[in-house]
Amino acid sequence: MVKFEDVWLKYRHPARQGDAAAEALRGISFEIPEGGFRWLIGPSGAGKTSLLKLIYLAEHPEKGRIDILGTEAAKISRRDAALLRRRIGVVYQDFRLLPQLSAYDNVALPMRLARRNETQIHADVTEILRWVGLETRLHARPDELSGGEQQRIAIARAVVARPKLLVADEPTGNLDDEQAHRLMHLITALNRLGTTVVVATHNMGLVEKWPAPRLTIEHGKLTHAE
Amino acid sequence: MRNEPRRRADYLGLREALGDRLLPVLVAAMSFLAALAMAGALASATLAARWQGDAASQLTIQVPQPTAPDASSKTSRLDSVLAALKAMPNVADEQVMSPKDVTALISPWLGADPAQLGLPLPGVISARWVDTAPPDALAPTLDKLSPGTLVQTGALWASRVAALTTSLQACAAAILIIVALVAAAVVAVATRSGLAQRRETITLIHALGALDDDIAGRFAARITLLAFAGAAAGAVLALPVLAWLGALAAPFAGPAQINDVFNLPPALMFALPGLPVIAAAIGWGTAQLTVRGWLRSLP
Repeated sequence: MVKFEDVWLKYRHPARQGDAAAEALRGISFEIPEGGFRWLIGPSGAGKTSLLKLIYLAEHPEKGRIDILGTEAAKISRRDAALLRRRIGVVYQDFRLLPQLSAYDNVALPMRLARRNETQIHADVTEILRWVGLETRLHARPDELSGGEQQRIAIARAVVARPKLLVADEPTGNLDDEQAHRLMHLITALNRLGTTVVVATHNMGLVEKWPAPRLTIEHGKLTHAE
Repeated sequence: MRNEPRRRADYLGLREALGDRLLPVLVAAMSFLAALAMAGALASATLAARWQGDAASQLTIQVPQPTAPDASSKTSRLDSVLAALKAMPNVADEQVMSPKDVTALISPWLGADPAQLGLPLPGVISARWVDTAPPDALAPTLDKLSPGTLVQTGALWASRVAALTTSLQACAAAILIIVALVAAAVVAVATRSGLAQRRETITLIHALGALDDDIAGRFAARITLLAFAGAAAGAVLALPVLAWLGALAAPFAGPAQINDVFNLPPALMFALPGLPVIAAAIGWGTAQLTVRGWLRSLP
């Protein structure tokens, strides 16, 4: 479950102090039940990525209350926040793969951070890499992969540990139609298994093809919530 | 057989971010300086202990009118005092200085032939005090036998040597503290440089759920290894220099005070292997503090 109550976010960047544009989110309130699916849509710069950052605990709100997976984010210790992050899978807009690691090691990273055993890691990582069609690219480093392949690795890393909450920021941006559809099949399959999903996208075609409740954001304000 | 890729444990890329050259070289230099400072402190303490013992035990007894009869009028004052000293169990090595030696002793002040001045020269006896208690009662006892007899001890010199030793050890301690602080600063700068190089990586693994303990522990482990290796190299490089300095100082030290192989105080041979351990501890602690402080900037 994800719940926002009158959440405000202001970036504390010195160069932007006093600038109204520094206020990224204003009075956001919504609730996604456990196992729910939400599209997060809105124009570029509307605040979609900022909202997602609050969900995956990469930012602290200026004010308001955020509950993630039944935990009030403001009241947990740093250690518990780290443990909560392990239950959240994130697909970043810019992939954020580690350049020094192979595709296999990038995907295995969340499981290794969670101290899973290598046998289980091997089984899960090879399965998910097969699923995203990159089982032959285990040893390739990110700079040896195309943009689409990197995005698939980033997606595999987000879902490999079977997160309770999946947050994806433009996950189909670098994928062709076939790969985008395979990804949406994977995401909806995870959702059916109980994972709560939030996907930010510009791709209205995708939204139309995979109907689900929407959160619409414009100029940092939620204008429509289903 | 499974086609499992080799596991990459260094997912922070610290082998590249915390290189194996600059930090160990700087720590080696610190370790080298620390070894010299420790050697200075220990050698000065060893030598001072010997010199203090020698100076404090030295006795010089001046007997005025040495050929005049003593209080009992049975023998000369000089012989009477000498016999009394020989009879004392806590006095050893009594020797009457010859007139030639006495003349040589006072010639800087009275010239080469003080007899020309018509001044009466005292008889002088050198001896060694072999008791732990101070020789306070010696002068009154001898004065009864030969009025005007003076007893001088090396206590003043011993106290000066003690003060010199204390100041040398304080200097060495100050150098060690400065070396430790510089080593900590070097480690902190290297750690911050590594953090800056791996900012994106750390931010990502933090977002994936890495604990502060994990990230700080990985940095600290790498820094500890580099600091230990650097300090060990510095200590080994210091050995020949210390052996050379030890050889120079050997004539001033007693045979029991030096090590047979390197002419070094035995305490130093035990302290040197401790340098890499101390450097590793400084590295570990500084890296932990630096990384944890930096991680506080992340949510």
